[in-house]
Parts: sequence; C-alpha cells; structure tokens
Amino acid sequence: MKRAPVNKIIPFSNVDGPGNRTSVFFQGCPFNCLFCHNPETIHLCRHCGVCVEKCPAGALTLDAQGQVRWDSGRCVQCDACIRLCPHDASPKVRWMTVEDVMGEIRRAAPYIGGVTTSGGECTLQNDFLIDLFTEVGKLGKTCLIDSNGSFDFERDPRVLAVSQGVMLDVKAVDPAWSDQLISYPRDTVLKNLDYLLRVGKLYEVRTVIFPDRDQENEATVRYVARHIGDGCNYKIIRYRPFGVREKYQKLLGEFTAEADYAEKYAQLARDLGAAKAYVV
Amino acid sequence: MSDALHIIQDPTLTYRQELVGLARLGESTDDTLRYSDAYYAAKKKGALCDLNEGVMPFRPRYICPDYELLFQKGCRFLELDPPTDLLEAVNVLEIFYCHVPSITTYPVYLGDLDKLLEPFVVKEDRDYAKKVLRLFLRNIDRVQTDSFVHADIGPEDTVTGRLLLELTEEMQLAVPNLTLRYDPERTSDDFALACVRCMLKTAKPSFANHRMFVGEWGERYAIASCYNGLSIGGGGYTLPRMRLYECSLDAKSPEDFLERELPRYIDLQLEYMDKRVKFIVEESSFFKTNFLVTEGFVKRENFIGMFGVVGLAECCNHLLGIEDKKKGFGMNEAATQLGVRIMDAIEKRVSEHVAPYCDAFDHHYRLHAQVGIDTDGMDDSPGTRIPIGVEPTMLEQLEVNEKFHPYFPTGTGDIFKFEETYLKTPDAILSIIKGSLANGLRYFSGYLENNDVVRVTGYLVKKSEIEKLRQKKQSLNQVTLYGMGAQDGGHALDRRVQHHEESAC
Repeated sequence: MKRAPVNKIIPFSNVDGPGNRTSVFFQGCPFNCLFCHNPETIHLCRHCGVCVEKCPAGALTLDAQGQVRWDSGRCVQCDACIRLCPHDASPKVRWMTVEDVMGEIRRAAPYIGGVTTSGGECTLQNDFLIDLFTEVGKLGKTCLIDSNGSFDFERDPRVLAVSQGVMLDVKAVDPAWSDQLISYPRDTVLKNLDYLLRVGKLYEVRTVIFPDRDQENEATVRYVARHIGDGCNYKIIRYRPFGVREKYQKLLGEFTAEADYAEKYAQLARDLGAAKAYVV
Repeated sequence: MSDALHIIQDPTLTYRQELVGLARLGESTDDTLRYSDAYYAAKKKGALCDLNEGVMPFRPRYICPDYELLFQKGCRFLELDPPTDLLEAVNVLEIFYCHVPSITTYPVYLGDLDKLLEPFVVKEDRDYAKKVLRLFLRNIDRVQTDSFVHADIGPEDTVTGRLLLELTEEMQLAVPNLTLRYDPERTSDDFALACVRCMLKTAKPSFANHRMFVGEWGERYAIASCYNGLSIGGGGYTLPRMRLYECSLDAKSPEDFLERELPRYIDLQLEYMDKRVKFIVEESSFFKTNFLVTEGFVKRENFIGMFGVVGLAECCNHLLGIEDKKKGFGMNEAATQLGVRIMDAIEKRVSEHVAPYCDAFDHHYRLHAQVGIDTDGMDDSPGTRIPIGVEPTMLEQLEVNEKFHPYFPTGTGDIFKFEETYLKTPDAILSIIKGSLANGLRYFSGYLENNDVVRVTGYLVKKSEIEKLRQKKQSLNQVTLYGMGAQDGGHALDRRVQHHEESAC
C-alpha cells in the first residue's frame, strides 16, 4: 500500500485555487528557499529525538525502534517541536494511504469544488498523487497541483493527465539569484512554465516580491510576464517575514514588502502583456 | 425609585422606547392569566422562560400579513387603494407597516419585497426605481426602529432583488434584517454570489434553505424576526423557551433527565403555551376586531405556537459531567449524540400534544431554536449552537448544525465570521453554503470581522451604535441594547473567525 508523508490537511481553503478547496500538504521539499514560511515542511524527521523531551504536552515519545511518535490526541499544537527541530522537519507528520486521505476529502466533499495538493513539494509523491487524483476525480471534484516546478511534467505527464492544472511558483529567474534564494537550479521550473502553458495546464503563476531587490524582482517578473501573456493568472505576492527563519529574515528583510512596491511589479507585468497580474 | 420613574429618567431611552417600556410595565400589573404552581416554580428556577412576552398577550407575538392581498385589494380600514405604480406601492407598505403589531411593537415581517415590488420596478427607469427604494429603506430604518424587522427576497433573481442588495451595501443599515430564500435550482449562482458579497459587507442577507421550508410550510412561508419560519397570512402566537441547562440541573443522569425531568418541563411549557394561545384567541380582541383579521390579511388558522429551546450544548455537557467546553458538545461525539436523543424526545412529546388553534399544522406546535437573550450570559448558548469561543473547524461546526437544524421548522440558524480574503472569494462561501444546505442546514448567516453592521445572535446591530449606549447616549434602534448585553455577557461578537491558513510554500 502506497503511503505518503502528510504534513496537514486543511478541509476548507479559499486561497489554494478557485472556490472552496481541501488542501493537502505533503512533507518534504527539494528546495531550501530562504523565505520559506513553513521550513518545518522541508525535510523528513530524522528521529534524533531532540523534540521529545521538550514537548510540554507529552505528545512525543521515542518508541522501541528509536522512532519519534506523535500522539495527536495529546498534542496542544504549541509548535514547540517545530521551533526546536535542528533539521527543518516536523514530528507531526502522518504517513497516510490514499484511502486515508480520501477519508478526509470525502467528508469535505459536499462543501468543496476540488482538492489542491501542496507542500513541501507534492510532486515528490507523484505516484501517490496519480492514485489520489484518480479517486478525487470519481467524486466529480477538480484536482490542482501547487508546485515549485522542480518536477519535469513533460518527462512524466501522467499526473497532469488526472489533474486540471498546476499553480506554479517561479521564484527566481536570474541563475545566481536562484542558487542563493532556492538552493536549486531554476532550469526545470522555467521549462515547466513553457510546457504547462503549451498544454493548457498552467492555472496560475506566483512570484514573491522582496523588499529592495529591484534587479532580481524585475528579472523574474519580466520573464514570467513575457512568457505567460494573458494565458493564466499571475499572482504577485508580497514578501512577509512571518515564519521565515531568523537568519534569513536578516538577509531578506524583517518587514513585509510594501504594497506600492509590489503593485509596481504587477503593473510592469500587465504592461508586458500579463493581463491577469495582481498583488495578493 | 419606581420602575416607571426609572424608565422615564433613563438617558439612553428614546421617547418611543420609554413608551414601550411603560406599556410593558402597565401590562405587568394584571394577573388574569394564571398558571400552575409547578410552572411558576420552574420559571423562578430559570428552567422555563417567557422571554418577557408580558403577562397579558393582547396580540400574537409575530404577525406575517399577506401583502400580496394588500396589493390586490387594498385596505378598507387604512383607506388604501391597490397601488398602481412604484411610488404608491412603497407608500402603501410604509403606512401598512405602522399598523402591524408584534411583541416588539414593530412589524417583524415586511413581505417578499422583490416579488411584491418587481411588477412596479420593471416599469420604471432603473435609477428612478433605485432612488424610490433608497427612500423606502431609509423610511424603514428610521421609522421601524428595531432589528427584528425582517424582509425576504428570492429564490429568483429580480431587478428589485439586485437593487435592494446594492442599496443594502451602500446604506449599511441594521434595519431591516434580510433573508435570501435559496433554492439551488431557482437561484442563479450569479445572484447568490451577489448575496454572498452583500452578506460579507453588511451581515445580510442570510441564506434560508428554501426547499426545507417549503417542505414544511408550503411555498407561502415567511422568514421573520431573527430567522423564524412562519406562514404568510399567519404568524406565531407565542414563543416561550426551555432553558435546557437549567432544566438539567436536578437530573441525576442522562437517563433520569430523559425519563423524568425533560418530560416534566416540556409539559409545563406546553401548559403555558396552551393557556396563552387560548387567551389570545378567545379573550383578547385581536382575532375579533383587528383589521388584519377582519380584512383577511391574516387568518387565525395560519398561526402557530413556537416551542423554544435554548442551551442544548450546556445541558449535554452538564449531564455528561464535561467541564471543559472545548471537549464538550460539538467536539465530542457522545455529547452530540446525547443532544440528538434529547431533541428526538422533545420533538416526539411536542408532536404528540394536541395544541389549541393550530389548525393548519395538524394541531401541533413546532420547535424553535431560540437565539438567546442578553441576560443568558454564557449559561445557555443559543438554541443548539456550539458555545462561542470553542467552535471547532467550520466543517465540523456545519456537520453538527446539519444534525440539529431539521428539528426546527419555526427557526434556527448559525453565524460564521469571515476574514477579509473571503471578499475576493465569494464563490468559496457559496460552495460551502450549497453543500451545507443540501446536507440539512436550515439557515446560514455570515459577516466580515471588521464590519460595523454585525449579526449578534440572530439580529443585526451596529457596533458604533453600541458605543453610543456605552457613552450614555440614545440609540434609535431599540435592539442595540440587547446587542450590548449579548456582547458583554455572551461574548456574542467573539465567535471564531474563518481564516485562511498560510500555505506552505
């Protein structure tokens, strides 16, 4: 039975695609973005046990095999474990089967238009997603993939075949900035941008605007806007320090990017033909 | 100081509010209508509550006139001819409203305004029609100064319905309360989305489960006052309520409650209702001489007694010895299941009681989830709602509601508070409403957390008007005072906000 590490499932979300959707967040991400708001989703637990003793609710234990166990009934969601974790991971991850996830989706099904998978990076669970989306499709609900673009959809288009589209993050276009910002080459991301657009599976693109990073911001927005035109939504997102690791806050900024500053880039995108560009 | 002097020296009361207060005081001096000693003991204990209806019912509590009939044949008593254009139509209504009695002294049902006015509105230029409707709504807000004044629209999309939504948003008034009768097959998504947007910004309209109400009342039903289902051309005689938490205090166990205490209190409340209904019909002059009756705008056989309950959550928690509300009713399957057993028992016993003068409803009273009053504090949550402050996720809250809403043809509902991002995603809310109504939810209300006009427990107030009262100034709306009480005692404005959670990337 396939299992995948699930960080959390939000039954109702109004910010992960159109309408009301159930969002499934998978654990694990190949990027290490400096501005990640949920760095605890990046790695899988190494069972080092650092968090176990510090849990004020006694919800974490080390079992006989030396594995960290999380008791959701005892957990008070104080997130002390997440703050302590030296590995950007979380002990509160559930290894779920497709049927487990479907159980939660079926409960929300009367109230939602569809399901969005996110993360972490959900495409790390590609085979799991294919099975999950096939089941969700049987409910008459849509499936969207929220992705950082590290998975080459053209090389393996099976998951696209059972989903309605991708919400793609294009975080950095300049190669040096990409290496610094996301610790990953951006080539596959940009390839996906073109491919998804071509096959009509690009639902939206998102770019985060950083304070006082004129050159980097402009390079990314220009590139995306020229490529997508009015083919899909383009969300310009203001950098927010909330949840960002402290050392990186110092690097990127301890304040939210100004609305006017972000709007300037949305306007630039629209001027370049990305008619559906707006700040969120 | 005498009670009368207290009223006339209160700086926060308007002249009309003083008048109403003094009238209540006068009514309370009579003791013609007597009940059993057991009833008085239960009332003293706080287990039964008459909602300060007054000891001498001189009119039914809620009256829902047949305004279509008014437009067809006019009114002899008020010397009104059937209207021939929009201006005459709103004028006829404005005059008529002033003569519709109720517990609040204001009309609790203004009619299906879109259906009534549409034939006249479509004959006019849109801007002109909008101006007339603007003045109409202003008249209602300044003359019928009570938030239990209620108008209905839908299920179909109409020009009038659209104009009323536009004006509701532009004018930001607490009066009248407004309901969309929502039917997935008759209400277009576009119109429903316009209603969602308006609801977020002004806390109205609420969404009523049209199919559910039609199934119980037929097409000619009204949503009046807070969220009360009643017959058009009829109304509600009386609405007392069992305060279930207090009813449960002497029970030794859930079984003891269900077998001994609950039936006893149900019977006492039925005794109270029977006597009042008979008094209103047989002794008071309303059904003999009031023009609404003699001209057929209401018919006695379309009236019903409303059997109210409140505090189911606290009752279940108490009976199961649950002290932490966070682990109680709504979040705890055993407590919720006990709630279902209690409601089944109440529904069964009330439906077995042959009620006087409820001819159109098989001679039975119908249940009502009473929305609470300002003095309830935190002891009894409204109807069958999950207590404020411990609400689970919206999904779980809806699931609990869907279990309990079908019990209450004369009204129940729940309220959800949303944060700003939902303004951009009204389709997300419509999707939730559709799913929930299909699953048995009766009545859905919502508002945006930072609004001035907010829904307190079932009625609307302006937060700025509550501030006036706090500064010992008068508020034109006589319901503002209840809003202040519910805010202070029941934390009614502190309900959980539906946030979007930060997505991971």
